[in-house]
Amino acid sequence: MSMEEFHQIFFEEADELIEAMESELLEMVFDADNPDRINNVFRAAHSIKGGSATFGFSEIAETTHVMETLMNCVRDGEIKVTRDLIDLLLSSVDCVKDMLGSAKAGQPADADRAGETKTSLEAFLQAASGDAGDASTGTAEAADPEPAPQDAAPEQPAAAEPVTQPADTGALPVALREYVIDFHPALELFKTGNDPLHILRALRDLGELEVEVDADSLPALEAFEPDNLYLSWKLRLQTESDPDVVLEAFDWVEDVCSIDLQEIEHRDAACDPEPETVAQAPVAPAAESAAGAEAAAPESVARAPARSERKAPPTEPTSIRVGIDKIDMLINLVGELVITQSMLGEMGENIETCDLEKLREGFLQLERHTRELQENVMKIRMVPISNVFNRMPRMVHDLTAKLGKKLDLVMRGEHTELDKTVMERIGDPLVHLVRNAVDHGIETPDVRLAAGKPERGTLELCAYHANGDVVIEIHDDGAGINRDRVLEKARAKGLVAPEHTPSDQEIHQLIFHPGFSTAEAVSDVSGRGVGMDVVKQNILELGGHVDIASEAGRGSTFTIRLPLTLAIVDGQLLRVGGQVYIIPLVSILESIQLQEANLRSIADRSQLYRIRGEYVPVVALTELFNIPVPDTGRTRDQLLVLVESGQGKIGLLVDDLLAQQQVVIKSLESNYRPVAGVSGATILGDGRVALILDIPGLLRMARRQGDFDTAGTLRVSGPRAA
Amino acid sequence: MPHILVVDDSSSMREMVTYTLKSAGHSVKSAPDGAEALKIAGDDAEDFDLVITDINMPVMDGITLIKELRNLKRYTYRPILVLSTESSAETKTAGKTAGATGWIVKPFDPDQLLGVVGKVLPH
Repeated sequence: MSMEEFHQIFFEEADELIEAMESELLEMVFDADNPDRINNVFRAAHSIKGGSATFGFSEIAETTHVMETLMNCVRDGEIKVTRDLIDLLLSSVDCVKDMLGSAKAGQPADADRAGETKTSLEAFLQAASGDAGDASTGTAEAADPEPAPQDAAPEQPAAAEPVTQPADTGALPVALREYVIDFHPALELFKTGNDPLHILRALRDLGELEVEVDADSLPALEAFEPDNLYLSWKLRLQTESDPDVVLEAFDWVEDVCSIDLQEIEHRDAACDPEPETVAQAPVAPAAESAAGAEAAAPESVARAPARSERKAPPTEPTSIRVGIDKIDMLINLVGELVITQSMLGEMGENIETCDLEKLREGFLQLERHTRELQENVMKIRMVPISNVFNRMPRMVHDLTAKLGKKLDLVMRGEHTELDKTVMERIGDPLVHLVRNAVDHGIETPDVRLAAGKPERGTLELCAYHANGDVVIEIHDDGAGINRDRVLEKARAKGLVAPEHTPSDQEIHQLIFHPGFSTAEAVSDVSGRGVGMDVVKQNILELGGHVDIASEAGRGSTFTIRLPLTLAIVDGQLLRVGGQVYIIPLVSILESIQLQEANLRSIADRSQLYRIRGEYVPVVALTELFNIPVPDTGRTRDQLLVLVESGQGKIGLLVDDLLAQQQVVIKSLESNYRPVAGVSGATILGDGRVALILDIPGLLRMARRQGDFDTAGTLRVSGPRAA
Repeated sequence: MPHILVVDDSSSMREMVTYTLKSAGHSVKSAPDGAEALKIAGDDAEDFDLVITDINMPVMDGITLIKELRNLKRYTYRPILVLSTESSAETKTAGKTAGATGWIVKPFDPDQLLGVVGKVLPH
C-alpha cells in the first residue's frame, strides 16, 4: 500500500463529505437552524481539513479550515444562518470540489481561486464577528477555534521547528547541555494510562540519563493503594537538546505533575554563554534529529516524498468501494463451492461405485453455486445511483434561482444499484435531461398560476429495477412537449415528409434529433439544440434506450432503461455461413423474411432495402467478413435483421436466427486487437468463440462502403419489435 | 504482539493509521465512532493494549468514549491516545480530564505516529 492508495481513499471520502455538505447546505435554505445540519456541515469541513492536511493538500486544508471556523461560529450561535452564508459556503464547496479535482489529476490547485474563496470566507467571518460586538479583535484569527493547519505544525509534540531549519547549520559543533530535573508525578498518574517509565525512556533517548528514585513517600503496606504512584525522581540528563525538547517528554503529564527543570552551567561556558535562553534553537537542529527525538525527524523527511508524489502523472482512479456484506456473501459462496468441489472430487475417485443420482445432484449444486457466484461477483461492481442523483439538488437549486422558477425536486429509489461504469456514463445525460426539464418543462410561477396549476412545479427523479434493467424516470408536471410546434419545425427542416402524419411517440423521438430545438429563445441553460441527440446516443451506447411520454399542459416523463451491467449482454445468436455471430438484443428493431423485390442496388455493391416507404442500407455480413457461401442462391431464404444505433438503422443479411442468450463479453481489444465492426467476443456453451457485432461500427462501415444517401435513415423509427 | 483499537470516522485516516500500525507489526482493529469502539472494546475476546481515538465523531465522540473506557475495568490504566486536529488547549484539557494518556496532532505522518505509539506501549 502506497501513499497514493491512501490518497485514493481520501479522495473518495472527501467527495462523499463534500456532497453531504452540499446537500445539507441546500436543505438549510428551508431549515436554517437545525443544529444537526449545522453540525454535519461543520464535521464535513473538519474531516476534509484533517484528511487534506494529513495527505499534504494544504490549499484544501486552508480553505476548509476557514469553512470549519465559520461553521463553528454558526454552531455557537455567533453567526446566523442566512442565504448569504449558504451561498458563500456553496461557492466554497465548488472551490473545494475543483481543488479536489486538481489534486486527483495530480495538478496544482487554482491558487487564485482558492485565495479568493478563503478571503471572502474570512471577510464574512470578520464582518460577522464585528456585528457580534467584537470589532476590535474580530479578525479571522480571533474567531478561530484552533490555529490553522500550517500554524499547527510547531505545536506538534515533536516540535517541528528545529527540523525545518536548513540542514547545513547542523554542521556547527553542538554543545552538550546538562539538566537536573525534579519529577514529582501525581498520585493518580496511572489512571490516565501514563507510565513514568515511558517518560524516563523518552529522556534516555535524548542523551545520557542518570536516574535516582525517591521512595520516601511509600506508605506502609496496609495503607498502600496499588493504583497510586508514590515514587518521585531526581534526574540528571546530558543532552544536546533544548530545555523545550526535554520538557516535551512531560508534555502529557505536566498538568498533573510537578516538574522542575534546571540547566547546570556547562563546563565549556564559552560555547554556550546563556544556556537558559531557549531562543538558541538554531544551534541544535542536526543533533536533535540525530539524537532521535523519535517523532521529530520524520516531519520533513516523510513529507517530501508525499509532495513529489502529487506531481507524478495522474493515474486513472480504479478503486471501488464495496459493502462488507457483499464480500461476506462471496466468501460464503466460495465456501459452498469448495464443499461441492470436494464432494465431487470424492465421487470422482470412486467413480465406479458412485451413486449416479448423487453425482447429478452434485453437478446441479455446482451449477447453482457457480451461477450465484457469478451474480454476486457482478454485484461488486454495482453502486447506488444516489452518486448521480446527489448532483441534482444543487443544480436544480441554482437553475431555479437563475430562471425565477419554483420547483420541488423529489427523488426516489436513490439506493437502486447499477454498474459503476454505467453509472459514470449516465451521469451527464441525466443532468442534461433534468436541466432540460427545469428549463423547458417547468413553467414560470405566473404561467403556472394562469394555467390553474400550483405555483411550485414538481420534478420527480425515480430509479428502480425492472426485468433485469435499471429504469430511471424523470417526470415533470410542466408544459409538456408541444406536439404541433415540434411537427411544424420538423417539417420545416425536412425531417418529416409532408404527407406523413407521425404518431406521438415518433414526434417525441424527434427532439433527440441532432440540431433540433424548439425553444423560443436560446438560453444559456439549455436549448442550443445540442445535447439531446448526444443524450440519446450515450444511452444507446450503454445498450439502453429512452422513451418519452408527454401530455400538453400536464408534463413529460422521460424513461431511461439501462442494462444492469456492461459485462453481460442479452444477445441474439445469428448464423452467417458456417459462423455464429451475436448482436445485442436491445439493438434489434425487427427481423423480416427478405423479399427480393424490395432490394435495390445502388452503384456496384451497395444495396438498399425498402420497408414501409423507407430505405435502409443493407450489410451482407458474408461479404463484410469474407465468409465463404455455398452456391445456393445467396438471397434465398435469407433474413434481414433491422438494427438501430444512435446514428441510424441498417439491415443485416443473415442466414438464420438462433437462440437468444446472455453472453459474457470478453474484450477482443485486450486479448487480440481491435477489429472494426466487432465489439467483443464470447465463448459459447460448446466452447466455440463467437464474435459480438458492434452495431454503430457496422453502420459507419456501411456508410463508408456505400456512401449512402442518409436521408432515408433519418426517418423516425417505426414501432419496436425486438 | 500489541493489539490496538483505532477509532476515527474518516475512513482514510482509519486506513492510514491501521496500515501504519500493522506494518509496524501491531495487530489492529478499527471503529468508525465511539459507540462502535465501545462495543468492540467490551468484547472479552479483545484485549487492547492501546486505544487511539479521534475526538470529533458522530454517534459518540472521543471524549465520551474515553470516559466510558476508563469506567471499564480492563481499560482503567490502559493508554488512550487522542488523535485529533483539535490542537487547542481546551481540547487537550478536555481530553486529559476525560482520562486520555496523550495526544497525536493531525496532520502527522506514519513515523510520527509510530514514535508516539512506541512511547506508550509496554516494551
